[in-house]
Amino acid sequence: MIGVELIKLLRRPRTWVSVLLLVALPTIVAVFLALTEIGPRPGEGPALLSAVLSNGQLFPAAALAIVLPLFLPVAVAVVAGDSIAGEASAGTLRYLLARPVGRTRLVVAKLVAVIAFILIAVVAVALSAYVVGTNLFGSEPLTSVSGRSVNTADATRRTVYAVLYIGWSMLGVAAVALFLSTLTDSSLGAALGALSVLVTSQVLVALDAAAAVRPYLPTRYWLAFVDFFRDPILWRDIERGIALQAVYVGVLLAMTWANFTTKDITS
Amino acid sequence: MTATAASSPASSVVTTHGLTKRFGQVLAVDDIDLDVRAGDRYGFLGPNGSGKTTTLRMILGLVHATRGHIEVLGQPVPRRSKAALADVGALVEGPAAYGHLSARANLSLMDAAGPGGGLRTRRRRIDAALEQVGLAGVGRRPVKQYSLGMRQRLGLAGALLRTPRLLILDEPTNGLDPQGIREVRDLLIELNQAGTTVFLSSHLLAEVEQLCTRVGIVDRGRLVRQGHLAELRAPTGRVAVRTPDAGRAVALLDGRVEDRLDDLLLVRTDDAAALNAALVGGGVRVVEIGPERRTLEDVVLEVTSAGSDRIGSDRIGSDRIGAPQRSPR
Repeated sequence: MIGVELIKLLRRPRTWVSVLLLVALPTIVAVFLALTEIGPRPGEGPALLSAVLSNGQLFPAAALAIVLPLFLPVAVAVVAGDSIAGEASAGTLRYLLARPVGRTRLVVAKLVAVIAFILIAVVAVALSAYVVGTNLFGSEPLTSVSGRSVNTADATRRTVYAVLYIGWSMLGVAAVALFLSTLTDSSLGAALGALSVLVTSQVLVALDAAAAVRPYLPTRYWLAFVDFFRDPILWRDIERGIALQAVYVGVLLAMTWANFTTKDITS
Repeated sequence: MTATAASSPASSVVTTHGLTKRFGQVLAVDDIDLDVRAGDRYGFLGPNGSGKTTTLRMILGLVHATRGHIEVLGQPVPRRSKAALADVGALVEGPAAYGHLSARANLSLMDAAGPGGGLRTRRRRIDAALEQVGLAGVGRRPVKQYSLGMRQRLGLAGALLRTPRLLILDEPTNGLDPQGIREVRDLLIELNQAGTTVFLSSHLLAEVEQLCTRVGIVDRGRLVRQGHLAELRAPTGRVAVRTPDAGRAVALLDGRVEDRLDDLLLVRTDDAAALNAALVGGGVRVVEIGPERRTLEDVVLEVTSAGSDRIGSDRIGSDRIGAPQRSPR
């Protein structure tokens, strides 16, 4: 069943269109930066971007920062929101379950497919950005955000950490969308619901009046991946981010399972 | 126990006891005791919204019963759905497929998703199923370009893919032209004669009359009749006579004519031959004569009420309505 879901994901044109769009945005940014050599000043614009002009190897991380606030979660929410609701509205859900495919198995297979999509998307962004970055900006030794230089192996390791951390953060988005996907037969509704959770969270993170709830907001520690590029790596926010996402993912997946396995399929 | 039950010819393939489903305030299925036996071509009839589809969905484990017990091929549903449904082919509320994929890709994915679909035989089984439903030459076109009839055929192919022991088909001829309806009917009879039990729901009474051996009729969630078609359509104890000399016949038969419609007389008697002899002996010319049989339509109309899609003012204040209508897909 997991194989079937992966084939469905990979044979779907939408998967590749969204990956292509995700790759295109940082590339466009890189081209503008390389042509004009006007970088954002430190502390402005997407994280790490100011350091990229002198440092092509940092561009994968900068590219992830570019797609992280909106583009990447939108793509993940669309795929995860479609996973059950899309089958329901196409009518294929009843045939899958009557095939018979166990409901728990189906949810697990859908989750695996969504994780595969997240990894494909994040890795595609990082890899393409590495190629673009090293070609457009040259590959001098990477200087960490803290100012010390690091070798290529170390830079790769940090980038892999960042990819995994962002993937883990996206799993939180996916869990919200997957849960909503079992509540409604409209994949658009599920995706929009998940996005509204994110937008709310991002607004509240920036709002000082909401400081009391800030540590519990799902997007609070998303940008902590920048800390992988400090020297030494600043683990505090990263650890909190991992733990917070784990709670969200755990609770939402449990809700997804509980709802889907007891639900009447009337679609 | 299960094995002997399944191998004996008159054993039950689908049984429900006290099957009940309540959606909020609406009692969609009310205490239904179905009995579909091995070898049946069972027609499940009823007005729109009478609970047919909800019953089928419960049998397939899609909707959980509020009360009652379901057994399919000797296994309880939904507790042992996996064992029960592996040998069932289903078409529920219209076919469904992934529009961007071809018929073969769709069948292949569905086959790989569940039990009983061996990889080695898959290609051959897909070709055979497409051939059976008349889609052998369908090629690689994506399903989104298919006509309604082709989608219906593809849905049937999906149900036939693993040569199931039981076929559960909801309106199997929906969207087909008369030629297609005939093909599907012949196919189902052929499969049935090879040992497949066919359980189909329909509101096309003529179709059921030509295809089914047993029927169950639901109305407002209740099973109001169940039995052999031949029994439901038993002679009414009257003989229909068509004659140009209707007036003379009425006089001759002296009160035994129960109804008259122009030249058609309905006479109370069990013996059409004796009646014919009497009429001819009395100089009445007879064009047609034969025992009156009720059509399935007569039976159904007698035991059911208007469908829930009819919302007339006379229904306001009715305390029970059928299941909510869903849009067809």
